[in-house]
Amino acid sequence: MNNIIKKYIPQLLAILFVVLIFGFLTMNAQTNMDNRGIDFGFGFLSQESSFDVQFSLIEYSGSDSYARAFLVGLLNTLLVSFISIIICTILGVIIGVARLSSNYLIKNSAAWYVEFFRNIPLLLQIFFWYYAALRALPMPEKADAWFGVTYMTVKGYYIPAMVWENLNVFLYCGLAAIIAIIVLRNYANRLRDTQGKQIPVLIYSVALLIVLPLLSFLIGGVSLEFEIPELKKLSKISYIYEGGISLPPELIALVLALSLYTSTFVAECVRAGIEGVSKGQKEAAASVGLTPNQVLKLVIMPQALRIIIPPTTNQYLNLTKNSSLAAAIAYPDLVLVFAGTALMQTGKAIEIVSITMLTYLTISLTIAAIMNWYNKKIEIKEK
Amino acid sequence: MFKIIKQLTSVVAMFAVLFAFSTETMAAKKSKTLENTKKRGFVRCGVSQGLPGFSNADESGNWTGIDVDVCRAVAAATLGDATKVKFTPLSAKERFTALTSGEIDILSRNTTWTLSRDADIGLTFVGVNFYDGQGFMVRKGSGIASTSEFKNGTSVCTNLGTTTELNMRDFFDSKGISYEPVVFEKADEVVAAYDAGRCDTYTTDKSGLAAQRTKLSAPDDHVVLPETISKEPLGPVVRQGDSVWEDIVRWSLNTMIEAEEYGVNSSNADMMKTSNNPAIKRLVGAEGELGAAFGLDNDWNLRIIKQVGNYGESYKRNIADTGILPDRGPNELWTKGGILYVPPAR
Repeated sequence: MNNIIKKYIPQLLAILFVVLIFGFLTMNAQTNMDNRGIDFGFGFLSQESSFDVQFSLIEYSGSDSYARAFLVGLLNTLLVSFISIIICTILGVIIGVARLSSNYLIKNSAAWYVEFFRNIPLLLQIFFWYYAALRALPMPEKADAWFGVTYMTVKGYYIPAMVWENLNVFLYCGLAAIIAIIVLRNYANRLRDTQGKQIPVLIYSVALLIVLPLLSFLIGGVSLEFEIPELKKLSKISYIYEGGISLPPELIALVLALSLYTSTFVAECVRAGIEGVSKGQKEAAASVGLTPNQVLKLVIMPQALRIIIPPTTNQYLNLTKNSSLAAAIAYPDLVLVFAGTALMQTGKAIEIVSITMLTYLTISLTIAAIMNWYNKKIEIKEK
Repeated sequence: MFKIIKQLTSVVAMFAVLFAFSTETMAAKKSKTLENTKKRGFVRCGVSQGLPGFSNADESGNWTGIDVDVCRAVAAATLGDATKVKFTPLSAKERFTALTSGEIDILSRNTTWTLSRDADIGLTFVGVNFYDGQGFMVRKGSGIASTSEFKNGTSVCTNLGTTTELNMRDFFDSKGISYEPVVFEKADEVVAAYDAGRCDTYTTDKSGLAAQRTKLSAPDDHVVLPETISKEPLGPVVRQGDSVWEDIVRWSLNTMIEAEEYGVNSSNADMMKTSNNPAIKRLVGAEGELGAAFGLDNDWNLRIIKQVGNYGESYKRNIADTGILPDRGPNELWTKGGILYVPPAR
């Protein structure tokens, strides 16, 4: 009995206090809002937003609702986080491995890279890429074509747009290729386990990925044309490119800053992971006759990943949260569009800030869940 | 057990902090902004992060501008010393929250008076200290002489969280022109981006354009287009729910304008005590008991005029002499062809 009291009373008290504190804070906010004649409610979400957004992945105009403006901001946040996570992972792995290289130049350049980008505040890096680096770019009319059809200018990076016909057939073919690859892999694994035969899955997979979509062009009636950006005159001295897709400089600067900054942390995670695998493993693998590539792929990496994944997850979460610095350089992310303009126009501070906080929480928890799932998948399965 | 006691103490301490906080907010409920200000010894005033002519700090941190002068007038009226003001620079995004949450007591930050702001978000506008309108600035070399020459795809730099964002949407929508809004949080970032060629035009209130133009690398290469696309009455704002404080701020501003109307200024205010005109006598506290209504003494308005000056002096000092807008336009007295017209102080 005494034990039960000892065990549960402190916890009950703790819960009670948390509830009381939240209750008190809510009441305090409620009283203050009543005094100042501020209503609480989410009805504003369906009202017309009446402001425009620079860059959006979905159709949006000022006559759409605040809810849709929220979606625009959310998608922009997800876009910049997604691209940056991919780039920072690739860069991070390369730099991390390079730091372990036996080549003096490679090893030290990687170390310098890490120390340099890791130790400068992110906001400064964002400003640097936006104001210093991107502003050094030419005006649209003076830009030279990159790859013949794309233009990097101070007003953005203009690339050709793809105009598809029968896009769905193409997508189905791609899906079919992916399913075929999964089936093939399972088959190859079974073959290896039962008969000890190896088939080159990678080559077949790449072939499938190329051949099936290609077939859709030849017999599926799929066609693809490119709309190439063309220079248009706005006034005597100002030009833009029309047609094609324009990637705003704000997006480019943000992706550059976020991925370069975060890649240094990922690189350190990778280095720690690889160094964390004991040397004996490598030597043992070599002594049973595996090639250096196989040693890395079959022995070192599977063990290193277990050490790499958890801290890298943190870096992905940090990156996503850091993307809210976008507001400083006019990239219309969730914070700028929703917690910025929408908040100002409606004055619904408590509602909007709590929605925004919940959204970031959800994004972070989702990323954490995915990474945890992956971590579970690769962790040691004890027989 | 000892651990539990320790935890309990920390929780109790937390509650103590919370309740201390709550009594502070309760005080505001009882219209005690004035009392708190007197206790504190300074007026807490929210201003811009730097807009020449309106609110701008020099190298040594001295704030000047017509928005700043409103706060100084309130300090002169309530505390007897126009310098007893603590200025908090705020971005457009932060300003209303700072006011409603009680961080500042007056928001005097070139803020447009609109219905939804006045009615929706717990604010009260007390008057207008500058009649403005939204305009566009372009490069002289572009050859654009009117807003009707904007073409599809024009990129427009502006500030976040202002009526500007809504006005430009209304404007471009009504003209059927597609545009690219590039929206920054701070005014200095807008200027930098526009200066670097990111945008074809920069839009904000015309007074703001005139002031920000001075910050460009080559101010003379830029021109403000003649059209005005909106009404922007700018004025000081207070929290809703403290009508006495609201009145103090309103009549501090009105006093400055009325003083100009009656020709009372910082140098002749004392002599005006013996004027034959009762209206002037009331304005310098020599007749009537005007201050009593707010719980102030009778010299409150005299101090405003002596320490801050009348509206005309403030305008000349901050806006005309700095070359921002030498022409007063609508911000001239009603007796001289403008629209500055305040209710009589009696």
